[in-house]
Amino acid sequence: MAEVEASTTASGGDRLRKASAGVLCAFTLLLIGVLAFSIRLFSVVKYESVIHEFDPYFNYRVTQFLSKSGIYEFWNWFDDRTWYPLGRVIGGTVYPGLTLTAGTMWWLLNSVNIPLSVETVCVFTAPIFSANASWATYLLTKEAKGHGAGLMAATILAMVPSYISRSVAGSYDNEAVAIFALIFTFYLYVKTLNTGSLFYATLNALSYFYMVCSWGGYTFIINLIPMHVLLCIITGRYSSRLYIAYAPFVVLGTLLAALVPVVGFNAVLTSEHFASFLVFIILHVVALVYFIKGLLTPRLFKLAMTFVLTVGLALCFAAVAILVALVASSPTKGWSGRSLSLLDPTYASKYIPIIASVSEHQPPTWPSYFMDISVLAFLVPAGIISCFLPLSDASSFLVLYLVTSVYFSGVMVRLMLVLAPAACILSGIALSEAFNVLTRSMKFQRPRSDDGLPAAEDITPGTSSTAATIAKNGNITKEKTENVSKGRPSKKNRKEKEWVGSSPVRPGMEEKLCVLPAEASAMGILFLIILCGLYVVHCVWAAAEAYSAPSIVLTSRSHEGLHVFDDFRESYAWLRHNTEVDDKVASWWDYGYQTTAMANRTVIVDNNTWNNTHIATVGTAMSSPEKAAWEIFNSLDVKYVLVVFGGLIGYPSDDINKFLWMVRIGGGEFPHIKEEDYLRDGNYRVDAQGTPTMLNCLMYKLCYYRFVETDGKGFDRARRYEIGRKHFKLTHFEEVFTTHHWMVRIYKLKPQKNRIRGKLKLKSSSKASSMRKGAGKKNPWQ
Amino acid sequence: MPKAAADAKLLIQSLNKAYAATPTNLKIIDLYVLFAVVTALVQVVYMGIVGSFPFNSFLSGVLSCIGTAVLAVCLRIQVNKDNKEFKDLPPERAFADFVLCNLVLHLVIMNFLG
Repeated sequence: MAEVEASTTASGGDRLRKASAGVLCAFTLLLIGVLAFSIRLFSVVKYESVIHEFDPYFNYRVTQFLSKSGIYEFWNWFDDRTWYPLGRVIGGTVYPGLTLTAGTMWWLLNSVNIPLSVETVCVFTAPIFSANASWATYLLTKEAKGHGAGLMAATILAMVPSYISRSVAGSYDNEAVAIFALIFTFYLYVKTLNTGSLFYATLNALSYFYMVCSWGGYTFIINLIPMHVLLCIITGRYSSRLYIAYAPFVVLGTLLAALVPVVGFNAVLTSEHFASFLVFIILHVVALVYFIKGLLTPRLFKLAMTFVLTVGLALCFAAVAILVALVASSPTKGWSGRSLSLLDPTYASKYIPIIASVSEHQPPTWPSYFMDISVLAFLVPAGIISCFLPLSDASSFLVLYLVTSVYFSGVMVRLMLVLAPAACILSGIALSEAFNVLTRSMKFQRPRSDDGLPAAEDITPGTSSTAATIAKNGNITKEKTENVSKGRPSKKNRKEKEWVGSSPVRPGMEEKLCVLPAEASAMGILFLIILCGLYVVHCVWAAAEAYSAPSIVLTSRSHEGLHVFDDFRESYAWLRHNTEVDDKVASWWDYGYQTTAMANRTVIVDNNTWNNTHIATVGTAMSSPEKAAWEIFNSLDVKYVLVVFGGLIGYPSDDINKFLWMVRIGGGEFPHIKEEDYLRDGNYRVDAQGTPTMLNCLMYKLCYYRFVETDGKGFDRARRYEIGRKHFKLTHFEEVFTTHHWMVRIYKLKPQKNRIRGKLKLKSSSKASSMRKGAGKKNPWQ
Repeated sequence: MPKAAADAKLLIQSLNKAYAATPTNLKIIDLYVLFAVVTALVQVVYMGIVGSFPFNSFLSGVLSCIGTAVLAVCLRIQVNKDNKEFKDLPPERAFADFVLCNLVLHLVIMNFLG
C-alpha cells in the first residue's frame, strides 16, 4: 500500500515536474521571441520606420504592386520603368517568397480590419521572422541535443549581430525570411532523419520550396543535404531512415524548385543541382546492396558483389565520362557566375567585375568575425567536440553545416549570415553541456543530509578532490580520484581528467558521470554567466550603433546636437514633383531601385545588374567628355542625370569614390576607355595632379560644377584636398537641382541646337573622323 | 568461365528462393515500384524519339513516376515486419503518410504539367 502510494506520488511529482518544465520552456521561448523582435527595433526608435538601403526598396515596390494589383498581375508583370529601353520581366526574375509573405500578412491584417500600411508591414517583416528563426533554432537543436541546448541556441541566435545586420526593422531583404526557411528546413530534415516519418519528409520538401522561393542561397541546402547523406553512407551510418529522409526530398524538392519561375529548368540543368542527383543514385545503389545482403547468405553475397562490381564499375565509368564531357563542353562547366565566384574566390575579379565590385562580396577580415559572432568564435570548437560525444546523425549534420558555412563565410562577407545559425547552435550546445556538468557537480556535492548519498570515509570537508560516481540505474558507489584542480595524474586505476569551462570527456563504458569540485564549478558557472553577459552587451551595442543605420538618412553628432542629412529623399521628392512622369533618369546602378521606388521615374540601370553591357554604357558615358556623354545619353532618351557627391560634408560612398569601378566596367565592354588614362602614376587623384582625361570627364564635371563657390578654394572634405579644376562651365548639361548638403546633384540634358554655328558641320566631321581613325580604337559612339 | 556461369546461376536461384519468401503485400508494393519505373523509362524513350519540347511536361511526367516509386519504396520500408526500427509504427499510419505525400506530389505535378 505504502509503496503504491509512494510510487503514485513519485510519478505524480514527476509529471508535475515535467509539466512545469514544459510551461517554463514555452514561457522562455515566448520571451526569446520578444527579445529577437525588440532588439531589431533600434533603427525605428532612433530614426523612423523607413525602408533601409537599396535592395529593400525594390522589394517594397514589388510588394506595393502586389497589394494593389493582385497576384495574377504580379506573376505576369513586365516592368518598363527600369532598364530602359529593355525593361525587366519581374515575374520571372524575382524570388517571390519575401514579397508573397509580406503581401499575405498585409492582406490578412486588412481582412480583419487592422489597417496597417504596406510600408509598415514591410518594415516589420524582418523582426517577426527573426523571432520565428530563433524558435526554429530551438527545434533544430532540440532534435540534436535536447531542450537545454535548444533554449541556449535560440537565445544566442536571437541576438547574434551577424543576423541582426541583415534583419533590422526596415531591412526588407530576402535574407529576412530566408534564414528562417533555412533553419526550418534543416530542422525538418533532421527530424525526418531521427523519426523516419514520411509526414515530416513531405513537410521538409514544402519548407525547401519556401526556401527556393525566398533566396538564391537555396543551393546551399541542395548541396549540403546530399553531402551529409554521402557522409552518412561513407561512415557506415546508412539506415532506412536516411533513405526516407533523402529520396522523397530530392524528387519533390526538384519539382517544387522547378515550379518557381526564377529557377525553372535550372533545377535540373545546372551543375548546382547535380550533386543531389548523383547522391540520389548512389543512395539507391547502397539501398539495393543492403536489400540483397538481407536476402542472401554471406558467401553468396560476396560472390554477387564481385560479379556486380566488375560489370557495374564499367557502366559507371561510361556514365561518368559522358556526364563529364557534357558538362565540360559548356564554358562555365554548367555553374552560374555567382556559384563559380564562391568556389573560386578569384574568379569574379578576373571575369565579372560587377560581382567583384559589390562591397559585400569581398572576403571578410578577421575583425569582422569577432564583430559579427563575437563570443561564439571560440565556443564553436567546444560545440564541435560536444557533437562527437556521442556522434549521431543529427550532430554530424550540424558539424558538416558549420564546416561548409565557415568556408563560404571566408569567401564573401555577406555569407557570414549563413555561418551565424551554425555558430549559434554549436555554441548553444557547448554552453548547455558546460552548464550541465557544472550544475550537476554542485548538485551532487550538497551536504549529505538531504541527498541520500552514503558518506565516504575519505571525503573530508575542505578537500577539493572528491568525485562521486553515479551509475545509470541510480546506485551510488564511491570512488577516489585525483586532485582535479591541480591536474596531476592520479595513482589510482580509474582516473578522469577534466578542465573547467568546456565539455567534459564522458567515458561511455561504465556510465560514469564526472563531477567537478564544488567551488570550481561555482566559479565556472559565474564566469560563464559573465561571458554570456558580455556577449549580450556586445550584441546590443552592435545592434544599436553599428547595424541600425538606414543609410538613406545619415546623421552626425556635433556640439550643436544631432544633424540629419536627408538629401536622398529630398532629391527623389524633387524628381517626383518637378519632372514629367515619362522622363528617364540616368545614374549609377546603386541608386536605381531607390529612384524607381521613391521618385517613380524610369531608370536606365538598377541594382539587379543583370545586363553588364547596359551598365557599361552608363559607365562609359560617365567617363567620357561632355559631348560624348551627351551623345550616349541622348541615344538612350535620358532627360536627367543624377550624381551623388560627398565632398561638401565628407560622405565617403559617393560617385567619385566609386568612379574607378565605372571606368573598369565601361572599359570591359568599350575598349576606348582605359583605366590608366584616369590614374596619375597608378594613383587615383582629382586634384591638380589629376590626369586631363579625369579632369574632363562627365563625372568630375557634374560633381564639382560650381563647387568652388562653397568655400572659395574647392576643398573636397571626402578626399581631403583641393580639387584640380575649379572654374569651368557646362556646355551640354544644365544644373536643375542640388540638395541642401550638395549630396545629390541633378542635371538636365540640354536640347540640341537648331542651327550649328561656326565651321561647316561636314568639313569638321570629316577632319575629326580622319584624325580619329589614325589615333587607334574607334569610338563606337561617334 | 563455366564456373562463373554456374556461380551466376546459383546466385540467381538463391535470390529467387529468398525473394519468394517475402510476404505478399510487400511483393505487391514491389510490383507497383517496377511498374512506375518502367513507365518512366517508356517516357524517356518517347522523349528520345519525339524531342523534349515541352520540357516541363516531360519533367513532370518522369518525376511523377520516379516520385511515386520512391514513395512506394518508403512505404515498403515502413510496413516491412522485419524492419526493427519501425516495429511500433502502425501500417495504417504508414499508408496514410504515403497517401499524403502522393497527394502533394501529384498536386505539384498537375501544376507543372502545363
